[in-house]
Amino acid sequence: MARSVVSEIKRDHIHKLIADGHRVDGRAWDEFRNISIQTNVVETAEGSSRVKIGNTEVIVGVKMTVGEPFSDTPNRGVLTTNAELIPMASPNFESGPPDENSIELARVVDRGIRESQMIDLEKLCVEPGKKVWINFVDIYVLDFDGNLFDACSLGAVAAIKSAIVPASAHGLGEDYPMPITCTPISVTAVQIENSILVDPSLDEEMVAAARLTVTTDDNGDLRAMQKGLRGALTVEQIKTIIDTSRRLGSEIRKLVG
Amino acid sequence: MGGNSDMKLIDENGIRTDGRKVDELRPIKIEAGVLKNADGSAYVEVGKNKVLAAVYGPRECHPRHMQNPAKAIIQCRYNMISFSVSDRKRPGPDRRSVEISKLISEALDYVVFTENYPRTSIDVYIEVLQANAGTRCAGLTAAAVALADAGIPMRDIVPSVAVGKVNDTVVLDLNKEEDNYGQADLPIAMIPRTGEVLLMQMDGHLTKAEFDLAMEMGVKACKEIYEVQKDALRRRYAIVNGESEEEPMEEPKDEPMEEPMEEPKDEPEMTEED
Repeated sequence: MARSVVSEIKRDHIHKLIADGHRVDGRAWDEFRNISIQTNVVETAEGSSRVKIGNTEVIVGVKMTVGEPFSDTPNRGVLTTNAELIPMASPNFESGPPDENSIELARVVDRGIRESQMIDLEKLCVEPGKKVWINFVDIYVLDFDGNLFDACSLGAVAAIKSAIVPASAHGLGEDYPMPITCTPISVTAVQIENSILVDPSLDEEMVAAARLTVTTDDNGDLRAMQKGLRGALTVEQIKTIIDTSRRLGSEIRKLVG
Repeated sequence: MGGNSDMKLIDENGIRTDGRKVDELRPIKIEAGVLKNADGSAYVEVGKNKVLAAVYGPRECHPRHMQNPAKAIIQCRYNMISFSVSDRKRPGPDRRSVEISKLISEALDYVVFTENYPRTSIDVYIEVLQANAGTRCAGLTAAAVALADAGIPMRDIVPSVAVGKVNDTVVLDLNKEEDNYGQADLPIAMIPRTGEVLLMQMDGHLTKAEFDLAMEMGVKACKEIYEVQKDALRRRYAIVNGESEEEPMEEPKDEPMEEPMEEPKDEPEMTEED
């Protein structure tokens, strides 16, 4: 995420704590901060959510409209995901077109939803080759205290689950709930001094060497992954994060309902 | 990922559409020092992929606010040229290439001794001339050789490869057909010597067991590519030490390559067609 300078004293403090097996906020290495999920927070959207993970907060809306399908998938609806790192969320965010951080964020969230086939896009076809439902999943970061990948992914999943297809407004019969097949959950961990920490806070993210986001489906199978930051991970560390993601993913999935 | 396509991509004998076994790489060809103006460069072919990488720097970093007083920054631009794919690609960066550029920059940052060159920028340009799945891996493989060719001190060179799943089978180094109709794609890049993973992405559907197998295949393949990379650098040095730098690239007798390398000066690869 947007990187600013982190003071030596803070870096040393975090490193020292980790060496003793502690985290800045006293959490266990595989413990998430408090998660809160609210849905239907904006009436003008087809589906919406507001998700907090600790002091990180995002709002996600789903808007739907009828349009043309892509020529290579004539009988499937369209999914578009966008993320905005708006200036209100952090002193380091600037207004303007999406930078590489928000593009990566949106694409990782999109991949989890797309590859898990969470939305049954074939059920969002109105007339093959001509008319399908276009889904815009728009994510706005409101308050940034680390781990945007999981907050945005959770927000997007909750918003999609709450969405109602606005068929009547388009003269296509009765409204109906968004066709859902599963609930993909992403879990992100960072490596600091060869320790693995789940759900990094902003301070932890700023001193982290490497990051890995793992998205699992209801069966605990892998649907998407993304390694980030400038450091390395060993294969063992990757496997630890995958196992943790599968375990925590099934717990978080219950919160989404 | 195409997902649940019925298309048969592996036959009864475990042979793929291009005749490879499930754990077999496409033919790889790497040549270092193919461009005259860049500080370092490399040309890589992986199957039908054709990729050029060039390195400039360390040089003054612009814009200046991007400068890091403690180290060099690595700025990578991955780009597909407009006629590298079957439907013309609109020139310029799209969201996919912005993401890939970022990931490759991050992966290379780890191996370069950036602390040797404070306030500078090391610019890495990757141009995909012809794409056939796995271009980010071919691009990173080329970029690592180009950095070494530029004489920039590095911890190691980085090989990269994708592993995937087609017809419920884990296979190495997906070609375009397999990428389009396959069930999973897992590009990785690593330092074979230490086992450190520098790039990893995944999309599609893999069980835990399939992931473990894919990773094992990927690690093994990276070691193979690593040898080809080192070999390309050795051949480059052999020429510099020879009588003339203008000599066409002759390969040493003990090279196991099937066909001679093309003379690099005229960049004949650019006009080649497949």
